[in-house]
Amino acid sequence: MGLLKWGRTKSPWIIHFNTGGCNACDIEVVAALMPRYDIERFGIIIRGSPRHADVLVVTGPVTRQVKDRLVRIYEQVPEPKSVIAVGSCAISGAPFADCYNVYGGIDTVIPVDVYVPGCPPKPEAIINGIVKLIEKLKAG
Amino acid sequence: MSYPTIRIPFGPQHPFHIEPEYFMFEVDGERVVSVTPRIGYVHRGIEKAIEDRTFIQNLYLIERICGICSNAHTTCYTQAIEEILGVEIPPRARFIRTIIAELERIHNHYLWLGLAAHEIGFETLFMYTWRDREIVMDLLEMVSGNRVHYAMNTIGGVRRDITPEIVEKIRKGLDALEERMRYYKKIAMTEPTISKRTAGIGILKPKDAIALCAVGPTLRASGIKRDVRADDPYIAYDEIPFNVITYDGCDVISRLFVRCDEVFESVNIIRYAMDRLPEGKIRIKVPRRVPEGEAVSRVEAPRGELIHYAKTNGTTKPERYKVRSPTLGNIPSLCKMLVGGYIADIPIIIAGIDPCFSCTDRMAFVNVNNNKQWILSGEELRRYAIKWYQKE
Repeated sequence: MGLLKWGRTKSPWIIHFNTGGCNACDIEVVAALMPRYDIERFGIIIRGSPRHADVLVVTGPVTRQVKDRLVRIYEQVPEPKSVIAVGSCAISGAPFADCYNVYGGIDTVIPVDVYVPGCPPKPEAIINGIVKLIEKLKAG
Repeated sequence: MSYPTIRIPFGPQHPFHIEPEYFMFEVDGERVVSVTPRIGYVHRGIEKAIEDRTFIQNLYLIERICGICSNAHTTCYTQAIEEILGVEIPPRARFIRTIIAELERIHNHYLWLGLAAHEIGFETLFMYTWRDREIVMDLLEMVSGNRVHYAMNTIGGVRRDITPEIVEKIRKGLDALEERMRYYKKIAMTEPTISKRTAGIGILKPKDAIALCAVGPTLRASGIKRDVRADDPYIAYDEIPFNVITYDGCDVISRLFVRCDEVFESVNIIRYAMDRLPEGKIRIKVPRRVPEGEAVSRVEAPRGELIHYAKTNGTTKPERYKVRSPTLGNIPSLCKMLVGGYIADIPIIIAGIDPCFSCTDRMAFVNVNNNKQWILSGEELRRYAIKWYQKE
C-alpha cells in the first residue's frame, strides 16, 4: 500500500448532507460522532465544508430543489472521493419514492460507493458502512 | 456618515424539516437590519402522498415527516382519525402514549441543549448532553424497538405494551436523566460561557410573541403560559398534574431554562403515569374504512403546538390532509428576534427556536455595491461567531 492510500484510509473526513430526509438519519449520523460510539477515534471527523472532505455522507431522498445543490457539493469534494448513502430514503427514496417532488435515491444523481440500509440505520450500522468503505478503498 | 447595507442570504439548505427556511439578512456592519424569510424550499409533497395511501400506511409516512418529533406527528394523526371514527382508545393506551410523548420530549430537549451548546462553541457540554441523551434513546429503543421512529401509535391504541420490568428500567433511566439535567441547569445558571452568549440575546417581548403567534418553549420563555397539554388536554394529560413552565426573560437563556425545567416536568409526568398505569387492552380494533368527516387535532410537540387537519370521504384513504408543524409558527417571531442583533448571534437565535436547523446550512454574503459574493456554511458562521466573541 502506497503512502497516499495509507493516509486516505486512515483518516477519512466526512461531509454530511441531507437532501430532504426527515432528520432521523441525520441525528443518527451525529450520534455516531458522540461519546457513546465516537467514530472520531478512527480518525473520522465531520467537516463543514465539502472542500475539506473525502467522503460525502448523504441522507434523505433527492428532492427536485436540492438536486443541483447535491451535484454541486459532490463536485466540490476533491478527488478521490467516495459517497455513502445512509438510510432507506437515500438508497431508493423509500416512503417518498412516489412523491411528485422526489427523484428517488441518491444514485439517480451521483455515484454511490456504500449503501447503509435502515430507517434510520443505527449508529453501529453507519460505522459498519464506513468500515466497509475503508475496506473498499484499501482493496481498490 | 452612512454605510451601505449588505444582504446575506441564509439557507435555503435546511433540508431537515417539512418546512425548510431561507433567510435573506440585510446587515449594516454587524447589525441585522431586516430579515426576509422564504419557506417551502425542500418540499417532498408529503400531503399529496398521504392522499394516495390507506390510513394504516399513512402511519408509516406521517411518522417520517420529522425524525425528532415523530411520535408527536403520529399522535396527532391518530387522534384526528379516531375523532372522525368516533372511537375512544383504552385508558392504558392513552397512558402509554403519554409516556412515549414525554420520553420524546426529554430526548428532544437534551438534543437541543447539545446543539445550542455547539452553536455557542461549548463543545464539552455538547458531548456531555449527547452522551446522556443515549440513556433516553436506550429507553425508547427498549419500549418501542427503535431509536428514532418508534412506531408506537396505531389507530385505536398503541402497538406495544409496557411491562413491569420495562417500568423498572425506565425509572432507573429517569433518575439518571433528572440528575444530569439538574447538573446542566446548574451549569447554565453559573457558567459565563453560556450566559454571555445567550442572556439578553434574541429578545421576543410578550406582546410580540402573542401578535406573531409564537408556539412552544419560545412562547413560554416570553412569560406566556400556553401549552396544548394544559389548555386542550389530549391523551392522558387531563389526568396527570404538571406545571406549565414559563420564564419572563424573553431571551435565549430563558428558552434554555424553559427546556431544562420541562425535562423535570416530563420526568414527573412519566413517573406519575407509570405509577397509575391502568390495566386493560392496549388497542381496539377499528374499521379500515373511515366515514365522511373532518377533524382538527392539536398536540404539544417538543417544539410547540402541532396541528393536523384531516378530511375523509368514507373510503380507506384520506381526502385531504394538512400539517402545520411548530417551526412554521415560530418563523415570524424568529424574524423579530433577529432584527437588531449581531450577525454572530444568528446561529444561536435560530437554534433558540429549535427548528432542527443545525448542520449544513450555507450562506452567501452579497455586497450590493460591488456585487461581490462569498459563501459561508453554517459551520463557518459558527466559527466566525465564536471568534468574534473572543475578540471582546
